[in-house]
Amino acid sequence: MSLTQAVFILLGGMAVLGALGMVTLRNLFHSALAMILALFSIAGIYVLLEAEFLAVVQVLVYVGAIAMLILFGIMLTRDIVGRASAVRNRQWPLALAVSAGLLAVLAVALVRAAWPLATYAPAQGGVADLGLALMGPYALPFEVASVLLLVAMVGALIIAREARE
Amino acid sequence: MPSLNNLFGFLQDWISGKLSGFLPPWGVTLAMMVITIVALLLFLVVTVMYLTYLERKVLARIADRLGPNRAGPLGIAQPVADVLKLIVKEVIVPARADVPVYFLAPVVMVAPALLPYAVLPFGPRMVPADISVAVLFVPAVTSITTLALLMAGWGSGNKFSLLGGLRAVAQKVSYSIPLLLAFLAVVLVSGSLSLVRIVEAQASYPFLLAQPLGFIIALICCVAEVNRSPFDIPEAESELVAGYHTEYSGVGFAMFFLAEYIGMFTVSAMLAILYLGGWHGPLLPPYIWFLIKVYLILCVMFWLRGTFPRVRVDQLMNLSWKVLLPLSMVNVAVVALVDKLGLRLGFLPGLVAGLVVMAVAAAVLRTRRRARAAAAARPAWQVREA
Repeated sequence: MSLTQAVFILLGGMAVLGALGMVTLRNLFHSALAMILALFSIAGIYVLLEAEFLAVVQVLVYVGAIAMLILFGIMLTRDIVGRASAVRNRQWPLALAVSAGLLAVLAVALVRAAWPLATYAPAQGGVADLGLALMGPYALPFEVASVLLLVAMVGALIIAREARE
Repeated sequence: MPSLNNLFGFLQDWISGKLSGFLPPWGVTLAMMVITIVALLLFLVVTVMYLTYLERKVLARIADRLGPNRAGPLGIAQPVADVLKLIVKEVIVPARADVPVYFLAPVVMVAPALLPYAVLPFGPRMVPADISVAVLFVPAVTSITTLALLMAGWGSGNKFSLLGGLRAVAQKVSYSIPLLLAFLAVVLVSGSLSLVRIVEAQASYPFLLAQPLGFIIALICCVAEVNRSPFDIPEAESELVAGYHTEYSGVGFAMFFLAEYIGMFTVSAMLAILYLGGWHGPLLPPYIWFLIKVYLILCVMFWLRGTFPRVRVDQLMNLSWKVLLPLSMVNVAVVALVDKLGLRLGFLPGLVAGLVVMAVAAAVLRTRRRARAAAAARPAWQVREA
């Protein structure tokens, strides 16, 4: 086992642990912290794959901003003093069915996949190539994603406005 | 004096040369890593100790006082006394604390505060790792400290701590957006995300001249990012006791303190690297020039703390979202336009454009403030009619 493999197993284990903690911990704040652990381990896996830019953006956007806003949201909407919360609610059979279905689909796909190795070396340009790709061949999906975010933002504003009046 | 200019490169070669006599190559690499880390840590701890001394002296001068003057000549041993006091103090855990989160928070605070020093270039050969995305790496790892503040605020089980933590998150998330946009403009000017390349690109002139508006935005955002006065509302003592570190004593408090001062040094170093030309300068060795520039910005921060009153929460948010964010977007657009036009006039187009944008923004803000003041001066029934 090489050093890279050892690091990968460590990071992967941390990510899985974090994800498990997120769904099983009874305390919402602790689950959010577990989610951050998972996100952070994934950033580590990006570094291992030599995708430095993705790793940095993962930490900056997910750990630094989105996770913070989720925690913020939890604290503003939930009762801060009542700390423990139920892990299950009335929809658990439905959720179980959906998760089991997704797991089945993923398992079939994973077993059937041939896992071909790339025959060419990964691109070396990094950020420059990524930028050119986003502005060139992938300009449309990039713009559509931006519009989606804009719509979500305007929607959030409208909901907040109605609640106030 | 080539030997003095390259003192640290020489030391590095000398030590690794000595080590390679009895260690395998990987051992030498490992030993050099450990030596670099220990040297940086020692440098940072001593710097933080004496930053507190310098700050107290500067603030005392501003307030026409003497500052620390009891421990040792000129009070020079004051930081040592402070550190000893903090270390021997009892660690008190609040009854309602969430113990694991409470004890994890100081660790999560200090570790990311140290990470930027892996990529900050102090001199031509004085950078532990010259990674290709260093400009993003530094804000990314320092953004983890936000998590620590929230953990401290929540884990303490105290409403003042929690409010401080929430304020810290709101402030840091708001100010990191204009900050990153200001950095983006520098990246556009220099054409690189590597801090070493950005410093090398400033050999003829510092980017302060090409990015006057960007520098001011970045300076304001950096002061807010490290929770310094006038943006210290997460620990506003008149409202929140001490904010998120209300419940920390002894070593826990010392960790927060250490991380905050390291953070100050980090953002000052970033500003010096991105806008003031990093290690470039005549006569003196490069690392001395770098430290001079960093301390210049640190003194500006002390000066701000000594002269400005604390802003209110609403003023803080308005400044970030309504003033700094639009201005930083205009700044990026102007830089992109200048770059696209391909004017090869050095810093002149950027300087002129930056000054024009600043003048327009100042005029707009002034008229709006006048209008608001006029509205406030009118009797209430007139305002309602209008």
